[in-house]
Amino acid sequence: MPEKPKVAFYWCASCGGCEEAVVDLAEAILDVVAAVDIVFWPVALDFKRKDVEAMPEGSILVSFVNGAIRTSEQADMAHLLRSKSKLLVALGSCSHLGGIPGLANLFDRESILNAVYLESPSTVNPEGSLPATHHKDDGHTVELPRFYNTVQALDQVVEVDYYVPGCPPTPRIFRTALQTLLGDELPAKGTVLAPDHALCDECPRKDTKPERLSFVEFKRPQQVLIDEQECLLAQGLLCMGPATRAGCEALCVRGNMPCSGCCGPTSRVKDQGAKILSSLASLVEGKEEAEIDRILSTIPDPAGTFYRYSLPASLLHRKKLDGCHCKNR
Amino acid sequence: MPDQSQETLRKTWQEGTAKANTNYVRRRITIDPITRLEGHGKIDIFLDAAGQVERAYFQVPELRGFEKFVQGRPAEEMPQITSRICGVCPTAHHMAATKALDALYQVDPPPAAKKIRELIYSTFMTEDHALHFYFLGGPDFVVGPEAPPAERNVLGVIGKVGVETGKKVIAMRRRLRELIALVGGKAAHPVFGLPGGVAKHVTSDMRKQFQDVAAEAVEFAQFTLGLFEDVVLKNTDYVNLILSDIYTHRTYYMGLVDDSNRVNFYDGQIRVVTPEGKEWKKFGPEQYLENVAEHVEPWSYVKFCYLKPVGWKGFTEGIESGIYSVAPLARLNVSDGMATPLAQTAYEKFFSTLGKPVHHTLANHWARVVELLYAAERMTELAADPLLTDGNIRVLPTEKPREGIGVVEAPRGTLIHHYQTDENGLIQKANLIVATQNNAARIAMSVEKAAKGLISGADVPEGVLNKVEMAFRAYDPCHGCATHSLPGSMPLLLRVRSHTGETVAVLRRDFNGSVHRE
Ligand code: SF4
Ligand code: SF4
Repeated sequence: MPEKPKVAFYWCASCGGCEEAVVDLAEAILDVVAAVDIVFWPVALDFKRKDVEAMPEGSILVSFVNGAIRTSEQADMAHLLRSKSKLLVALGSCSHLGGIPGLANLFDRESILNAVYLESPSTVNPEGSLPATHHKDDGHTVELPRFYNTVQALDQVVEVDYYVPGCPPTPRIFRTALQTLLGDELPAKGTVLAPDHALCDECPRKDTKPERLSFVEFKRPQQVLIDEQECLLAQGLLCMGPATRAGCEALCVRGNMPCSGCCGPTSRVKDQGAKILSSLASLVEGKEEAEIDRILSTIPDPAGTFYRYSLPASLLHRKKLDGCHCKNR
Repeated sequence: MPDQSQETLRKTWQEGTAKANTNYVRRRITIDPITRLEGHGKIDIFLDAAGQVERAYFQVPELRGFEKFVQGRPAEEMPQITSRICGVCPTAHHMAATKALDALYQVDPPPAAKKIRELIYSTFMTEDHALHFYFLGGPDFVVGPEAPPAERNVLGVIGKVGVETGKKVIAMRRRLRELIALVGGKAAHPVFGLPGGVAKHVTSDMRKQFQDVAAEAVEFAQFTLGLFEDVVLKNTDYVNLILSDIYTHRTYYMGLVDDSNRVNFYDGQIRVVTPEGKEWKKFGPEQYLENVAEHVEPWSYVKFCYLKPVGWKGFTEGIESGIYSVAPLARLNVSDGMATPLAQTAYEKFFSTLGKPVHHTLANHWARVVELLYAAERMTELAADPLLTDGNIRVLPTEKPREGIGVVEAPRGTLIHHYQTDENGLIQKANLIVATQNNAARIAMSVEKAAKGLISGADVPEGVLNKVEMAFRAYDPCHGCATHSLPGSMPLLLRVRSHTGETVAVLRRDFNGSVHRE
């Protein structure tokens, strides 16, 4: 029997939802296991690192990495898997674009530590203790890893061949991606393995989306009774469908809530947030600048809305850090 | 693979699901809003001059800072943003956030919306408890604490209970998750929660689907309880292990109860009982700050909760120490009963066997199965409720938002979300107290107690790893990577140092269960 292709999985800073996506294959995992040999699945770096190191360069066909990069350990592991794998694939929004935890790039490490350990109303911390990378306790030195100032997407740390989008990717997106990677014809390097058109094209409500939309104000979901049939954007809700890649089958819209953009942009768009913002700005009803501003100001949190999943990968990347030039520390 | 024989298919299927589930459960997971165990639990043990254990540290080495980066986000986005704290129990965060929004906007959802929320929540609890029983805690007992690590996993359980049952567990998981997605959009990171209601109504066709699965879930839960009684309670060794001093702590307990002091996952008052089992206090979510406080230790990213009026007295137990515990055992300890008949019977048996309150950490596994039965029965009740399919599912908020607190019982215990916003509903401050944090101090004590009871000098028997691991896995297998793993397969590092700080022994256990001495 010829050797089956080797596949590896690894996680970085992630919530665990992406592993669920793999397990959610349920019955379909049969085909996967029949077709590949899983040599490494998300495990602790300390323990299996040696095994991976011992593998010949390029001996793993595909490594799937989910989660963003925010510690040096995670960056090292990404480099190691890169060298051992023919194909390195970013799985899920965090790895693809930075993800929701990437919103931490709006702040820096110090303010995060202060918020959690000093300012939280339930915390009683008269001595102002903060977790320390090295701490002496009764003469015992105890260590903790240091966490970075900046969250990065996988391709900001290593070269990435393909991307599987979604938060988390649906079983169907994942299954199709896997089939593509194991097939004979690989798509162009850098391809996002999901349909390259906007979500609206596969949305069950697309027939109710007007030819030309125009806005006099934007609505927040708690302000309106949401119709279960009509296009959400037509109801004034900020649905990211027009600027988001398809593939999820519009799950959030099926749940009667707007798409929040987890699959990222299509290949023609570099910066998802800038794209949505500019297209919405062109659709507002106002003629005067002041009126346009008023309408746009009904969007309460543009950065967190349009860059919900993609801040680290975006042109913004992070909030500027005063007096700090290095990217990570 | 069209031409594979049935037998090969069956084998491949088993391998596949086993691998998938192994990895599903081996997943490390967020253990509080700001911390998450990295791929391994880190336990540092320090010996004194005589070679006895002086201190053991169970550390949580990661921080993500949700409390900070939600500042400036619209409050209504919190159910979806905070669900990313944990991809395994996203529904718990989603629900606590949604309830905090009700309070923030001072809206009371219509009856149908409350039913829908609780129905989804019960479905989620059923899924979570069942999975953890079979894949995580169960193996310790069903396969046996002394079995070789390589067998102490879900495959071993399937070996004991049969392939058919194993398949049933996997199919049950899938169907429960499909139901969550049916109403909530997605099973991982659902979207249904809004202040004053839910986004989507339930049709009679959907009701039917819930009813079918719920009926099977009740049977499944009864089967599971029977299995636990047969395998564990009829085995004196196991019972002795549950009762042994290493796994016993006399602390306070906390959990949500309804008006009749019965266990409730979705709503109610927070009840706390003393180590003697007497009610210490019962309070509404809005009083949590008077009662709960968090202590910081520089050697861990996790904060340690304690009862504020009792005070932080270090890692000690008893009535003088504010340390308390949450999760299934705690919930049963604080309640006077269960709201559904089968679960009530199981509850009575639990306490008539062990006395009340129960201080044995390992009894959490039993308590979890009692709750599984309740969750499935509650699902059945709600699925049959005439109000469920009522179309009125929203109340639009009219009040200015200011401050809101939401509390639910997550599978791993009491979960508190607290937000303050500006007039426009943008978050100014968020405070999150997550299930496992409530248990953090007791877990640290358990690990130390197990280490002290089992380790003497540099001579560390390899079986110690599993015994130490059992001490915290019982709180909830999904407690952190360290606990969210297969018994015997959790990558675990244990370092023993002498009083001079020298490392005298390092044991590592790989994910495949093999133990190495370094
Ligand atoms: S992409 Fe979404 S599901 Fe995957 S790890 Fe990130 S937050 Fe979790
Ligand atoms: S804007 Fe949203 S609701 Fe409307 S068609 Fe596109 S994806 Fe569907």
